[in-house]
Amino acid sequence: MISRRDFLQASMAATALYGASGFGNWGKLAAQQALTQDKLLEFDTFGNVSLIHITDIHAQMKPIYFREPSVNIGVGDNKGAVPHVTGADFRKLYGIDDGSPSAYALTYNDFTALAQAYGKMGGLDRVSTVINQIRGDRPDALLLDGGDTWHGSYTCYQTQGQDMVNVMNALKPDAMTFHWEFTLGSDRVNDIVSGLPFAALGQNIFDAEWDEPTELFPPYKFFETGGVKVAVIGQAFPYMPIANPGWMFPEYSFGIRDNRMQEMVDEVRSQGAELVVCLSHNGFDVDKQMAGIVTGIDVILSGHTHDALPEPVLVGETIIVASGSNGKFVSRVDLNVQNGRMMGFRHKLIPIFSDVIEPDQAITALIDEQRAPYADQLSEVIGKTSDDTLLYRRGNFNGSWDDLICDALMSEREADIALSPGVRWGPSILPGQDITREDIFNVTSMSYPEAYRTEMTGEFLHVVLEDVADNLFNPNPYYQQGGDMVRTGGLGYHIDVSKPQGSRITEMTLLKTGEKIDPAKSYQVAGWASVNEGTEGPPIWDVVEAHIAKQGTISLDPNNSVKVVGT
Amino acid sequence: MDFTRRNAIVLGASAFAVFALPKLAFAATGDDAIAAFTGGAEMADTGVTLTAPEIAENGNTVPIEVNAPGATEIMVLAMGNPTPGVATFAFGPLAASQHASTRIRLAGTQDVVAIAKMADGSFAKASSTVKVTIGGCGG
Repeated sequence: MISRRDFLQASMAATALYGASGFGNWGKLAAQQALTQDKLLEFDTFGNVSLIHITDIHAQMKPIYFREPSVNIGVGDNKGAVPHVTGADFRKLYGIDDGSPSAYALTYNDFTALAQAYGKMGGLDRVSTVINQIRGDRPDALLLDGGDTWHGSYTCYQTQGQDMVNVMNALKPDAMTFHWEFTLGSDRVNDIVSGLPFAALGQNIFDAEWDEPTELFPPYKFFETGGVKVAVIGQAFPYMPIANPGWMFPEYSFGIRDNRMQEMVDEVRSQGAELVVCLSHNGFDVDKQMAGIVTGIDVILSGHTHDALPEPVLVGETIIVASGSNGKFVSRVDLNVQNGRMMGFRHKLIPIFSDVIEPDQAITALIDEQRAPYADQLSEVIGKTSDDTLLYRRGNFNGSWDDLICDALMSEREADIALSPGVRWGPSILPGQDITREDIFNVTSMSYPEAYRTEMTGEFLHVVLEDVADNLFNPNPYYQQGGDMVRTGGLGYHIDVSKPQGSRITEMTLLKTGEKIDPAKSYQVAGWASVNEGTEGPPIWDVVEAHIAKQGTISLDPNNSVKVVGT
Repeated sequence: MDFTRRNAIVLGASAFAVFALPKLAFAATGDDAIAAFTGGAEMADTGVTLTAPEIAENGNTVPIEVNAPGATEIMVLAMGNPTPGVATFAFGPLAASQHASTRIRLAGTQDVVAIAKMADGSFAKASSTVKVTIGGCGG
């Protein structure tokens, strides 16, 4: 018998491209001549089942720039393991040439220059073209949405997710799972989900009062495709009421619930499932750990931590596929299933180069229809970036967007220290680019945007930093929530990621004076995105807009206030 | 049909009350309570299952479940609480299963411990770390 490894074939579309002979000689046209839609989508259809995975779109319907992280530290068993590999190490690991389309799509170096050469990525009308082409090869391919779909933009905020629901429905997904969707509030979520023309799955979505499964979110759904009985099991983000405001959806409880995951796998197998797919919003390290505990899952389609991996990761007999975020990528996984067993797969992480992939005009029109009522608001220019300032967020510690938001909080709210949440969504703005109101919403939009101002003691600030650090650097992935370190403005610190909770954070310093933070002293702190009910303050986008408008041109100094050791 | 717990509780409430008799453990520390319960006997690693969330959604009401087929008693301790004793569930000879669930309050991140006393006088232990966090930064 041929082992599964012999069948293992994985490639990233763009690595198959020619050119990539080093950055510097390439004009935009020359660069894009090497990229063609046919090359990007080239795929030798394999086996009898095709899965299409897209996740963590964060309501980005239009193409965007999105810089991948420079710092993504793994701890415990995941130290140095994918997805905790960035930049040159990442390119070396996957054989990606410097300056190539893949280097631009997957790593952070030379981002500004490469962005100018290769253009924006994503756009749901381009995604539609990719999906249609795959369906051309295999009409009953399953389209699976990993969630964080109905959150993250101006129009999504104004329509309470309706814009994304309308556009995604037109792409005809087969199933979806959830995270930020719940921050629309349980009434709105229940309302949308009741009318969805596809399955809303979550084996770990429970009724909080009775601690039992809900009727609205079934654990799994069966599909018949290519003569194969496929079970798709949903796994929503486990820590929603902790990472996000639980008071907005008090009827629901989550958790990893891997015992029940095993029960569900056993149940679908006993009902004849030949292929078991887990559509997950666990985050990559949690999925990896779960794959080692739960037996019988063939494929985990992993979301939440926004990792884009050119090859699946194999844990035992389970493959884990990670498909990036913000509409930048679509994964295609073809599988050969024989006699109730996955015999092999072929995988491609397809980068959505928006200037190369032809938009699906019907979806373009539908997207524009959602945006039309807000066109004036969206396009209003508030300021611009200087020629040496790139605004980005992604990374374990402060990104330049976060520095700007913290500056805005400190100056507009007259605070000594600012705290900004370590979320992983939010597109980038190139140097010399206009900053529109839409751009500001893309990095701030949420249903609990109040920019609070309060007093915190030095001791409490330390507790906050230690607490968030443990959510990121606890060596056991099951105790991590995904997301990144809380961003700080006006406050510097040292962090030893190898230490246990309570002793990671030292040398906390008030940057304004250079003094050490005094545990007993109170400081004026401004922040936003509090999970506490009743938080008061103006919405963060108004604070940021006022600050940018006053500055006109945004120029930021490099932020060296966080020293990281123990990596 | 789906047989929900709501239905089950309506049907089974009286029966449950007969077999699960929580009694509080009052020992000063968790280790004292364990010593008093087991008399210092060795505890097996298998035989009792403790189900608890890895991170509590609300530290004031954390759902836990214990299950120990063949047990006569199961003691539950929150090792980091000022008063570690949570409950001891006693199961009579007619109990259909040796399983109980409840919600407990946790003062902070700590280990929750379940110790089952088996019908033959042996003991089994399970432990689970439950993190209580202020949370707030989801990806």
